[in-house]
Amino acid sequence: MNTFVNLTVYGLSDGAILALAALGFVLIYKATGVINFAQGEFLMIGAYVVYSSFVVFGLPLTVAVVVGVLFAIVLGVLIERLVLRPLVGENAISVIMVTIGLAALLRAVVQMIFGTKAVSQPPLLPRNAIQLLPGTSVPISRLLVIVIAAVVLTAFTVFFRRSRHGIAMRAVADDQQAALTMGISVRRIFAMSWALAAVSALVGGLLLGDVSEVSQRLATFGLYVFPVVILGGLDSVPGTIVGGLVIGLLTQYVSGYYDAGLATIVPYLLLIAILMVRPYGLFGETRIERV
Amino acid sequence: MAATATGIYHRSYQREMALRHTRAEYLRLALLVTALLATPYVLDRYWLSIVNTILIAVIGAVGLNILVGFTGQISLGQGGFLAVGAFTSALLYERAALPMPVSVLCAVLLTAGAGALFGLPALRLKGLYLAIATLASQEIIVFIARRWTFLRDGSAPLSVERLHIGGYQITREYFEFQWYWVLLGCAVLAVLGARNLFRSGLGRAFMAVRDQDIAASAIGVNVTRAKVTAFAVSSGFVGLAGALSAHYTETVTWESFTLEVSILYLAMIIVGGLGSIAGACYGAVFMMLVPVLLNESIGAVGDSLPFLSGRLPAIENAVFGLVIILFLLLEPRGLDRIWQRMKDYLRFWPFRY
Repeated sequence: MNTFVNLTVYGLSDGAILALAALGFVLIYKATGVINFAQGEFLMIGAYVVYSSFVVFGLPLTVAVVVGVLFAIVLGVLIERLVLRPLVGENAISVIMVTIGLAALLRAVVQMIFGTKAVSQPPLLPRNAIQLLPGTSVPISRLLVIVIAAVVLTAFTVFFRRSRHGIAMRAVADDQQAALTMGISVRRIFAMSWALAAVSALVGGLLLGDVSEVSQRLATFGLYVFPVVILGGLDSVPGTIVGGLVIGLLTQYVSGYYDAGLATIVPYLLLIAILMVRPYGLFGETRIERV
Repeated sequence: MAATATGIYHRSYQREMALRHTRAEYLRLALLVTALLATPYVLDRYWLSIVNTILIAVIGAVGLNILVGFTGQISLGQGGFLAVGAFTSALLYERAALPMPVSVLCAVLLTAGAGALFGLPALRLKGLYLAIATLASQEIIVFIARRWTFLRDGSAPLSVERLHIGGYQITREYFEFQWYWVLLGCAVLAVLGARNLFRSGLGRAFMAVRDQDIAASAIGVNVTRAKVTAFAVSSGFVGLAGALSAHYTETVTWESFTLEVSILYLAMIIVGGLGSIAGACYGAVFMMLVPVLLNESIGAVGDSLPFLSGRLPAIENAVFGLVIILFLLLEPRGLDRIWQRMKDYLRFWPFRY
């Protein structure tokens, strides 16, 4: 029983972090049609930026997080402006490769500054165990991760539904030309979606760095956004939450009950199966081009 | 004033079909052949070993370019196919004691089969989805290579006996020298094979599928077959590269076939030029030489700048990423296009065009 509860909580918290990373991925894909292979690196950069302002520069945690968010916004906008915008309209291979190159570059910069070893960061969330059901104990930090991710995801959803900018983003995702005729600046929306993607990845990376470790492995974890978004649907925001939770739980159960090594590729097996059966995912629009 | 060429005029079909047309092209070919023949006598062992790895990379890059550059099917599964080729040839050579040419041939065929199998998603998926599907198959193949104990010597990685073909034995003191000729032969065959493939109906069908698949099927290209064949042919080349690397390095482990390898090969063909055989060769040379030269130059100034030499791997990665980004932004058609432009500039000089 204890194992099951533990695995479920761990799976849900992993899934919540994946959902945050995947949300950024989907935002970029919906608005700009770009597959961002550097999403995992965004997670990593987020964790490292908060680490350096919190631990290295000794700022209070809230200030450190604000600094991180600002950094993420600037980084997202800069990347969109300098790297992606010149490639608007190029073929898929070029766009994919440029994000791969970006991923290599970002990882190298982190490696250059912080080295390859994990950096030590004092726990941000309390780590002591709590009894969820009689006879079980799970760390509070994992539960808090779920709560924080849920709050951030809700905030994003409200932003898309209610705010002017959010509605403009949805308009651009829906039909770029129609949005242009309505006076929406598509350029600004492109920049904004990269900035928001970086911010949501920052929150994910911050949480993941706290419950695991702040190291370059965060970027590898980011590769799991692909199974998540394929499962949920490449262009679906609710899909990222469902997909994230399913993948998080699945990997934790497989690694807990069966084989930790197998757990690393179970998401990919699921991905292939979904691509074969239902390539647009659970909630995606059935617009995929078939051949 | 000297006469400026206005174009290349063919006077017979035979001339038009030739791979080379002008005297300058024959001259460059002669220079290239001379350089390739002289290489092993000029370079020392260290540099010759680098040339040998470049030759293997050339075969792999040409293979990948057939798929990505000429057929327009993006694949992140290159590392996986290299692994299939390497393990097949190594196992057949070591455990079934087949002669090396036979084991390599089997590896090529098996990798081509694996390629066709993993190409099946391409029949239903395009562009971005295909990239993700091949990413998944890459991870799955590497996982199998890592976990299957049959692919290891106990706890050590699979080792391959030093190459001998019939009575011909690679010796220790002439290791790189002898391998150079083996690898050069294979690379030349691969390049010529690929070059001629795109003068045949099959190769043209690949390009038609890349440019516009609906139009291709309208003019009678079987798109399904073209795509699966492209995956198979391309994987065959990649399998050859993998098999040769297994025999050359004399050890096969899953670590040399990770996603990074797939990305490295994609970077080669992007830098060299998508859809160009020569480009694949330039790209392979470029991407393999950059880390070596970087290493050398930092090693040269390393004593005065210890800051740099301590961060060599990070600098290598940064340069790798920057090269990809800069090429895509500044010259998306790669080194091949730059070379063409240089030639045009000289040909039309002093005019602009």
